[in-house]
Amino acid sequence: MNRRELLRLITVATGISLVGADVAFSLDKAAAAKPDQLFTPEDIRFLDEVAETIIPRTSTPGAKDAEVGAFMAVYAADCYTEDQKKLFHSAISQIEDSSQEKHKKPFLSLTAKEREDVILALDKKARAEQTPTNPQAFTLVKQLTLFGFFTSKIGATEVLVYDEIPGEYETCVPYKKGTPAWGTA
Amino acid sequence: MANNHYDAIVVGSGISGGWAAKELTQKGLKVLLLERGRNIEHITDYQNADKEAWDYPHRNRATQEMKAKYPVLSRDYLLEEATLGMWADEQETPYVEEKRFDWFRGYHVGGRSLLWGRQTYRWSQTDFEANAKEGIAVDWPIRYQDVAPWYDYVERFAGISGSKEGLDILPDGEFLPPIPLNCVEEDVARRLKDRFKGTRHLINSRCANITQELPDQDRTRCQFRNKCRLGCPFGGYFSTQSSTLPAAVATGNLTLRPFSIVKEILYDKDKKKARGVEIIDAETNMTYEYTADIIFLNASTLNSTWVLMNSATDVWEGGLGSSSGELGHNVMDHHFRMGATGEVEGFDEFYFKGRRPAGFYIPRFRNIGDEKRKYLRGFGYQGSASRSRWEREIAEMNIGADYKDALTEPGGWTIGMTAFGEMLPYHENRVKLDQNKKDKWGLPVLSMNVELKQNELDMREDMVNDAVEMFEAVGIKNVKPTRGSYAPGMGIHEMGTARMGRDPKSSVLNGNNQVWDAPNVFVTDGACMTSAACVNPSLTYMALTARAADFAVSELKKGNL
Repeated sequence: MNRRELLRLITVATGISLVGADVAFSLDKAAAAKPDQLFTPEDIRFLDEVAETIIPRTSTPGAKDAEVGAFMAVYAADCYTEDQKKLFHSAISQIEDSSQEKHKKPFLSLTAKEREDVILALDKKARAEQTPTNPQAFTLVKQLTLFGFFTSKIGATEVLVYDEIPGEYETCVPYKKGTPAWGTA
Repeated sequence: MANNHYDAIVVGSGISGGWAAKELTQKGLKVLLLERGRNIEHITDYQNADKEAWDYPHRNRATQEMKAKYPVLSRDYLLEEATLGMWADEQETPYVEEKRFDWFRGYHVGGRSLLWGRQTYRWSQTDFEANAKEGIAVDWPIRYQDVAPWYDYVERFAGISGSKEGLDILPDGEFLPPIPLNCVEEDVARRLKDRFKGTRHLINSRCANITQELPDQDRTRCQFRNKCRLGCPFGGYFSTQSSTLPAAVATGNLTLRPFSIVKEILYDKDKKKARGVEIIDAETNMTYEYTADIIFLNASTLNSTWVLMNSATDVWEGGLGSSSGELGHNVMDHHFRMGATGEVEGFDEFYFKGRRPAGFYIPRFRNIGDEKRKYLRGFGYQGSASRSRWEREIAEMNIGADYKDALTEPGGWTIGMTAFGEMLPYHENRVKLDQNKKDKWGLPVLSMNVELKQNELDMREDMVNDAVEMFEAVGIKNVKPTRGSYAPGMGIHEMGTARMGRDPKSSVLNGNNQVWDAPNVFVTDGACMTSAACVNPSLTYMALTARAADFAVSELKKGNL
């Protein structure tokens, strides 16, 4: 791809552009908040578990291995507007509330299966309700999980395939279904 | 004072300034190359050249702090962690937008030659004749045959990869082997030729990425990392640093002075020519005078014009070259972001290897021969086909192991292209000095007043419709039109404002890029362009610069300058 190619907005498999990375035609107020004020270590552990539910460790590493929770906290703190930060933060309580409502337990105490139930329900609801200009709180969490995971070194090199110096452009190599995609574009 | 005189001064070290420095030093002139920004050493200063997304705190995305510091850059995709610091500081160097104008500037040694898109196409005879035939603006004082040998010359040195196609509208050049099309693009090319009976062509991009080593320049082949904009440790693409600057340095005739903001060209009223320049040292704010027999102005289109406007104002209120009434006028760019995307079936058993810094090109096919659209001129498409990755939507899968597995595989093949359209030169599209607003050094800034007019707006409809029509005609599925927003400047192909012409009353420069009012001042960057064509302009700047340098030295030797 060259830089002159069609501008491809990252939709990040959630149906809307990556929030915070969108091109801004108006200038948002600069963020003054520090990451450590926004997200506690507990928040980050919580986000890690949510991310792991979306992208679990299988035969290859998962979201926790890639420290996606910590990345989400940094990205949200520095790349989001104040409103987007609030929205992202509200996802944590939303997930917790949903867990209590469904299973009468904190999210971190749920079994893997119960966690999937909670997250799947929130994901379906967010998909149904979001619009490109009105992202849902959970959508932000899912976007940053996918973006954070597949652009991490672990995601891009151990789950996807990384070719540091290709040397050539080979136009038509056979592809076998099930083989991972290239880790960088 | 003895140290302050040179045979020639070159203002600006980007694509055209690098060429001017190379040509003039190789012809034996002692040259002072002035660059307003910092130095960037080839290879050693390419700090991010080996980094990947995970090496940046925000995976190469812009933070709110970056957006606040670079409000103009943040309007488009250019603001990222990888090239932060490679674009002009918007706080130090503001400008005024009477109408929105996206000005993306590289203020450092090498300028935008480090950051450019590297697409390199020759102009055709049609392009040089268009103004005269259609009665638009003024006639170019030169024709294709005047520039053709210089295209040959610069292509051989810069290293341009491409395929010979035998098309009048896009003349062939001195090419290295092309960067290949992939199997989907090859297939689309065959179908397109068939469906449009040889009137439309999908060809390899022609670009300044080298597919064979250039040992004389110590440049290795392109390694298909697609990290060109970070500076290439292999010298895989043409930049001032990889190509022209080392050649100029090797002559022993070059003095490079970074942090040198040229404030004005010093004009000798009696001799009616320039005697030198005055600069401000960007770090110390001290001013210095340098004198020279000839001056090449290569500060980038709008900044070269800024220098002219700020010079000899005691003789001409509007500055050097303003006697024509055209200095600062006829701003052009390429308007773009109109095209189509689609999905390609039948190739799921194939993938590609390597990250290609190029794609395909569909040369202009409108308003050629007898065809008369409701607008003048035309457009060409740039695009590529590839397989999508984890960013894609996967229907009916939301979370968990199966979802992860599905996202890990490549998606289907997709194809997309966007047109680059010609913008006519309009006198009322202009920049001027705004004395009320000053930059960090107390210098007046440019004020922009540029807009697309009906000809471009009509063309944009064809740019979308033709893309959709072609994709559908060749069997691409789920074809969707792309209607991106565009503001002047976004194409980063600023042209005009000191145009070449045949008459000093209606042009700033003559056919050899000399300022009519000061024949020892040559302007050979995008400012000189009399019309814009629809192809990427940098190769033409290179050719015009080499041609003007040859002329300048021969005139100098004859004692005419």
